Amino acid sequence: MSIRGDLVAPVPPGPLEDKWDNHRFSIKLVNPANKRRFEIIVVGTGLAGASAAATLGELGYNVKVITFHDSPRRAHSIAAQGGINAAKNYKNDGDSVYRLFYDTIKGGDYRAREANVYRLAQISVDIIDQCVAQGVPFAREYGGLLDNRSFGGAQVSRTFYARGQTGQQLLLGAYQALMRQVHLGTVTLIPRTEMLDLVVKDGRAAGVVCRDLNTGEIYSLSGHAVVLATGGYGNVFFLSTNAKNSNVTAAWRAAKKGAYFANPCYTQIHPTCIPASDDFQSKLTLMSESLRNDGRIWVPKQIDDPRSPDQIPEDERDYYLERRYPAFGNLVPRDVASRAAKREVDAGRGVGPLKNGVYLDFSDAIRRLGRNVIEERYGNLFEMYERITGEDPYVVPMRIYPAVHYTMGGLWVDYNLMSNLPGLFVLGEANFSDHGANRLGASALMQGLADGYFVIPYTIGDYLAPMLGERPVPVDDPVFREAEQAVSDLTRRLLSINGKRTVDDIHRELGKVLWDNCGMARSEQSLQKALAEIPAIREEFWKNVRVLGGDETRNQALEKAGRVADFLEFGELMCIDALHRNESCGGHFREEYQTEDGEALRDDENFAYVAAWEFTGTGEQPKLHREALEFEYVKPSTRSYK
Amino acid sequence: MSDKQMRITLTAWRQDGPDAPGRFETYDVPGVSPDMSFLEMLDVVNERLQREGKEPIAFDHDCREGICGSCGMMINGQAHGPERGTATCQLHMRKFRDGDHVTIEPWRAAAFPVIRDLIVDRTALDRIIESGGYISAPTGGAPDANLIPIPKPVADAAMDAAACIGCGACVAACPNGAAQLFTAAKVQHLNLLPQGQAERWDRTINMVETMEEYFGSCTLHRECEAACPKSISIDFIALMNRDYAKAQLAQRRLVGQTFP
Ligand code: FES
Repeated sequence: MSIRGDLVAPVPPGPLEDKWDNHRFSIKLVNPANKRRFEIIVVGTGLAGASAAATLGELGYNVKVITFHDSPRRAHSIAAQGGINAAKNYKNDGDSVYRLFYDTIKGGDYRAREANVYRLAQISVDIIDQCVAQGVPFAREYGGLLDNRSFGGAQVSRTFYARGQTGQQLLLGAYQALMRQVHLGTVTLIPRTEMLDLVVKDGRAAGVVCRDLNTGEIYSLSGHAVVLATGGYGNVFFLSTNAKNSNVTAAWRAAKKGAYFANPCYTQIHPTCIPASDDFQSKLTLMSESLRNDGRIWVPKQIDDPRSPDQIPEDERDYYLERRYPAFGNLVPRDVASRAAKREVDAGRGVGPLKNGVYLDFSDAIRRLGRNVIEERYGNLFEMYERITGEDPYVVPMRIYPAVHYTMGGLWVDYNLMSNLPGLFVLGEANFSDHGANRLGASALMQGLADGYFVIPYTIGDYLAPMLGERPVPVDDPVFREAEQAVSDLTRRLLSINGKRTVDDIHRELGKVLWDNCGMARSEQSLQKALAEIPAIREEFWKNVRVLGGDETRNQALEKAGRVADFLEFGELMCIDALHRNESCGGHFREEYQTEDGEALRDDENFAYVAAWEFTGTGEQPKLHREALEFEYVKPSTRSYK
Repeated sequence: MSDKQMRITLTAWRQDGPDAPGRFETYDVPGVSPDMSFLEMLDVVNERLQREGKEPIAFDHDCREGICGSCGMMINGQAHGPERGTATCQLHMRKFRDGDHVTIEPWRAAAFPVIRDLIVDRTALDRIIESGGYISAPTGGAPDANLIPIPKPVADAAMDAAACIGCGACVAACPNGAAQLFTAAKVQHLNLLPQGQAERWDRTINMVETMEEYFGSCTLHRECEAACPKSISIDFIALMNRDYAKAQLAQRRLVGQTFP
């Protein structure tokens, strides 16, 4: 491979299975009595942030954790339904750490760093042990042992779950561990507070500027290290399955302070969401992918078929996934399933009043297993579906369509999860690592907890140890004062525009441009179009947005305005990245680069690298840094799920 | 799916800040689609208010999938509105009729001061968890997950309790502003499991007593169960009360006596 990257992430030496052990042995340690002399700021309390803060607190570090929620338990990890992968091989079906590693690399379409992914697979087994010890009520079999199910992109059953609320239960476990530390005084919890800038001094992360959402007070926190665990940027599309408040602000403002943003064009479109019902739609709802275990996906063979699903006989239905991918059938990875659905809908075979969905049908499974088994497995999902659509999925097949769900891109990090800015660590969905160009189902929870419980607690010591005795930069240092000033100026500027359009109105416009031009499929032409339109929307925003009220009480429109201002800059970067990557891989599908039967066509010769972008100014061409990806163990091949 | 549009009258509690006096304001809301969620209806109202130069109605929300527990308001006097087992964000306008008058207010409870409009401060719930709502299992030392088999009915019951989303509807629905259902759900989630036994009695005492510091007392009105978006059973309150009684005995145990 000929790619020469200028960005290097030193990976520990030795065979794959020994790298993490070797690394843990060779990195520096902070002795237990000295840990309390270090101040660490954690931003975000989802799985990654809460587990990191709790564990760092347990180790004795002095931790401050901020969240914009009223309680850490509300972070968006809570909404994950399906499950968490671990290579326990409890089902004796041939799973192993190596297989989970292999599946993740392959599922990610060979765009992830091997050493990180192997470590993730290794740690996966410890996560399950840890969570059970905390009291996470995973599903059990009648004998009392843990139950597993299979998930898209895998041929083994390795997914642990707690009904359809796995994310909730794992987050509550991490939240409870965190609250225990709050009680013990090792962690200070700062809720209803938003990080609005990263402060860098002499090239190192020195702290953050935040804003108290209730009082509007802007102040700084300083520390020896800053850990961002602030989630993904799916809401750049306005409509997504992300919680309404999820945003890119913390990560983007860090990027503007010099942290590289990697692979922003890798966005995951989840195949099983409830199709939009009207123009007022404010967010899309995901139906767990685990439904694909028992549900069969089909569309009528006839274009614009007006009949209701029960009137369409078996031989006039096209179970297109089973037909095109006999080996994986309905369980192909997300990107493959999503594009296949788009293809059917685009061809006019969509179903539902707006012809914008495909069927996910449980009638066979109900016949085979009985309604009670289906109820046991998916009861709460069926209920949720009925509540939203008014249709009973036990009787009428569900209608689903892909929606933006997860973002694989994120701030660039090395093997220690440290960004290119020393002292800035990035965990969970906010970083770019591990999932390559496409994430497998039930792997987000795994990565968030791996990063927080088992990686950062060791790797942060390597950075901190040499700083023993150094005090954090005081918050009255000019770097903090200037950053605070910039944040208050921005706030004041947003409040003073007093134009005609609401923040949501402009956000919707941006979202539509991105979905149409940089969504499930992209082309040079569509991306050029988006790149021409986004700066104009940004300009419109700064001229014509209307943010009412003041900055001394709770002002949700103001909070949103700041986030949308960042999306308006970040969206452009996403398109630039998508345009430069002249290949299709995973969630990045360029129409010009596909095989004859419409599958993604990678170009390993020229693009087997991580694209890490350096901010050079709003509206300016960012600078590209490349980290070459070496595949020592899994040789890249064309993904086949046939 | 239906394309019939409705018109409703919305009366909302407006309060500019924690110390500001509150008031009701009434808005005419035409063009409501039955497929809209309740919060989407509020989004539409807020868009219009802002275009008219008025500040939008502040309300907490995030996941809009009934799981994060952020949302919650009294809708016509009912916590989370008329549909049983449903959080405000999962309530849809098809549950209302054309011409309905809908009144929305924040949770009303001494322990939940209003921050603005419909947003209240629910920190007191975190205080209860902080006082003992966990199993002390620091990261690292856990044994293999399958080492302790847990009978399925036990795991299922623990999960039933653990489904609590911490929204505070139980408190808002209770005439006494009690937090028994919230507290019992967490106490019993952990007390039912084998992993939770070591701290069972201390946990119960600490959580119950912290709860009593902030919240009113339970006189078994059962309003909480009816309001709970996850339909958590008040049987958990009975189990918690039993554990609390035992725990008080346990605390008075004589030297050398083990319990239970
Ligand atoms: S917004 Fe999350 S529960 Fe309603």
